[in-house]
Amino acid sequence: MDLTYTDADNAFRAEVRSFVAAELPAGFRHKVENGLYLEKDDYVRWQKILYRKGWMAPAWPVEYGGTGWTPLQKHIFDEECALGAAPPVINFGVNMVAPVIIEFGTEAQKQQYLPRILSSEDWWCQGYSEPNAGSDLASLTMRAEREGDTYLVNGAKTWTTLAQHADMIFCLVRTDSSGKKQEGISFLLIDMTSPGVTVRPIVTFDGSQEINEVFFEDVRVPAGNLIGEEGMGWTYAKFLLGHERTGIAQVARSKRQLQRLKEISRAEQAGGPPVADDPAFAAKIAEVEIALMALEMTELRFLSDEGAGRAPGPESSILKIRGTEIQQTLTELLVEALGYHAHPWLPEAVREGWNEEPVGPDYAAPIAPRYFNWRKASIYGGSNEIQKNIIAKMVLGL
Amino acid sequence: MDLSYTPEQDMLRDSALRFVREAYPFDARRAAAATEPGYRGGIWQQFADLGWLGATLPEDFGGTSGGAVETMILMEAFGRGLVLEPYLWSVVMGGGLILRAGTAAQKSEILPALAAGECRLAFAFVEPGSRYDLAHVELATEPRDGGFVLTGRKSLVYHAASADRIIVSARLTVALGEANGIGLFLVFDGAEGLSRRDYKTQDDGRASDLTFEGVAVPAEARMVPDGDALAQIELAVDTGIAAICAEAVGAMGALREITLEYLRTREQFGRPIGTFQVLQHRMVDLFMAEEEARSMAILAALSLDRPVAERKRAVSAAKVAAGRAGRLIGQEAVQLHGGMGMTDELSVGHYFKRLTLIGSMFGDASHHLKEFAALGGGPANRAAEGGD
Repeated sequence: MDLTYTDADNAFRAEVRSFVAAELPAGFRHKVENGLYLEKDDYVRWQKILYRKGWMAPAWPVEYGGTGWTPLQKHIFDEECALGAAPPVINFGVNMVAPVIIEFGTEAQKQQYLPRILSSEDWWCQGYSEPNAGSDLASLTMRAEREGDTYLVNGAKTWTTLAQHADMIFCLVRTDSSGKKQEGISFLLIDMTSPGVTVRPIVTFDGSQEINEVFFEDVRVPAGNLIGEEGMGWTYAKFLLGHERTGIAQVARSKRQLQRLKEISRAEQAGGPPVADDPAFAAKIAEVEIALMALEMTELRFLSDEGAGRAPGPESSILKIRGTEIQQTLTELLVEALGYHAHPWLPEAVREGWNEEPVGPDYAAPIAPRYFNWRKASIYGGSNEIQKNIIAKMVLGL
Repeated sequence: MDLSYTPEQDMLRDSALRFVREAYPFDARRAAAATEPGYRGGIWQQFADLGWLGATLPEDFGGTSGGAVETMILMEAFGRGLVLEPYLWSVVMGGGLILRAGTAAQKSEILPALAAGECRLAFAFVEPGSRYDLAHVELATEPRDGGFVLTGRKSLVYHAASADRIIVSARLTVALGEANGIGLFLVFDGAEGLSRRDYKTQDDGRASDLTFEGVAVPAEARMVPDGDALAQIELAVDTGIAAICAEAVGAMGALREITLEYLRTREQFGRPIGTFQVLQHRMVDLFMAEEEARSMAILAALSLDRPVAERKRAVSAAKVAAGRAGRLIGQEAVQLHGGMGMTDELSVGHYFKRLTLIGSMFGDASHHLKEFAALGGGPANRAAEGGD
């Protein structure tokens, strides 16, 4: 056992770090560090920079454009991108649908979609949840009926993150209602510009618009857009779950938030001395910092297992649960540190270029909205309660 | 960066787990705990024969030159079996202190005997008013006839009654030119002027309060002969913390498995209680707490040879994690067993008691949370700094 990095790993880390420092466009660091709103173009611009470097899809097989990095190198890369304040890579294409296409897709599908994911020409979104199929995902009812060379698709998806930017959506659809509910589900790729597709925004209570409803009314989808076999969609979805692990713990981003919490709690005053000097508050910071250390060590243990050839299993559920709990605690403590400075609501102040006089300290405006917004983290990607069901069943055998 | 065991460590782990599983049944443990000295000399000799007593000693002293990982492996196994033998005190604390802070003569006299199972050690560092403050040492020394005379009290000296030697922290006098210095002395159990009050601890352990009434020791009994020993005491305690974090992980793992088995087999309302989601989620909470405590025990063990501030941060963080997880798993295991969990007959309550005492050994979670916060400022660990 050895916690130190090899010279080769350190050299790799230095290479990534200087790449991020050199290539991150001006203004991005400020936006990311301050939690300001990121436009579609911001994400795409950074992803294209990664693409040109050949680093857009570290997890893919090399033949499709992957990097061939070890699990530890991938971890270092994620960590350095986050520490360097790069925008997150949007996972839906590169880390979610792409592994499914690579594993189960036809040669034609690979040729059609993978290069466009790699170059960020296509923005993908995920069509899983429906109004009546949330945690009970397998009860989904959006129908796809085979008619000759096409599927006729009717139904609705919801909570679809950034669908307003998307060119493509990968959907779980029902192709058979006769048997067990998991067995009639298929995995279908749908062009968002198809006639009959409508996107309706859902505004969340923090004031942001990230999620959407997507309606499908007599949408014609080429039969060639089916992944694998009809009725196997649930299997592919479970395969995808294993790949969602990439960066799921978000340790490095939480480290940045922790650093920010420490800075802000030193800047905010409690009747003279800084909030950071309040022993009760200092203890809360220490608690979350220790939890973050434990999460990082747990992730490194899993990486070590993966490096030794053991396949990732349901432990990703632990990383998801604890990772999101820590993220949420950090957002909560940031609000607590602000005291009254968290009260003013300045929706324009979360966008770049707003140059009016701030109310209170200049870092204050995005913090409460981020706290409200981040309640999503324990709900999305399979709610934390569903993650516990998975651990209970897969690990504990209950 | 590699968190896997070497093949030799895998073998050590296998043999330690097999020993606990096959040679350390709970009933035999119960009988041993009820008779003095509270453990079995035969088992101690087996530890010697298996090479475990010298696991972290250099070969020159009859050891096998292992390190913190070997200690972690053994202590986790001992935690699983609720092992009573004083490995922590005699080997991890006592042996470790002599190896790092002893004179050449002390090492060659004691360490080979320790490895052979012929010499047992205890460590007296707690005083009635010290709580978790290692620097609070009132036991006084006075130079006399080229040696020292010790006067004062020590509390909660684990396994002093069966120790051949006791390592004692004491305040050095100004006359020695070391104001406020703390020294360490090797004292024979049974020395003249030393009296012991022996008692049991909540978890079937043995401990004593010691009174020193002018106990004379020769100059050669002093460890760290030319300096303040506080840094060595702190390192010994940090080493002990890493060890009991691993012991706690073992106890938590065993207790969680026992509880899981109970949930699978105990039926109420016509089905196993483990089918109830509210209980499933609580078991998952225990599982996650155990995994985090395991991660942190590894971090603590691997941080023992790091610079002091980094070592202390990791150790305090691990102790907080072990304390919290141990309390959660101990309390929940009792609760999930219902009335059966309250019985002395089941091992459940015994694991809970051991975890509770580990919780406050060398400082409880509140203490270490404060220590950690006071150290502040550093990276969450060195990976945040991009390694070294």
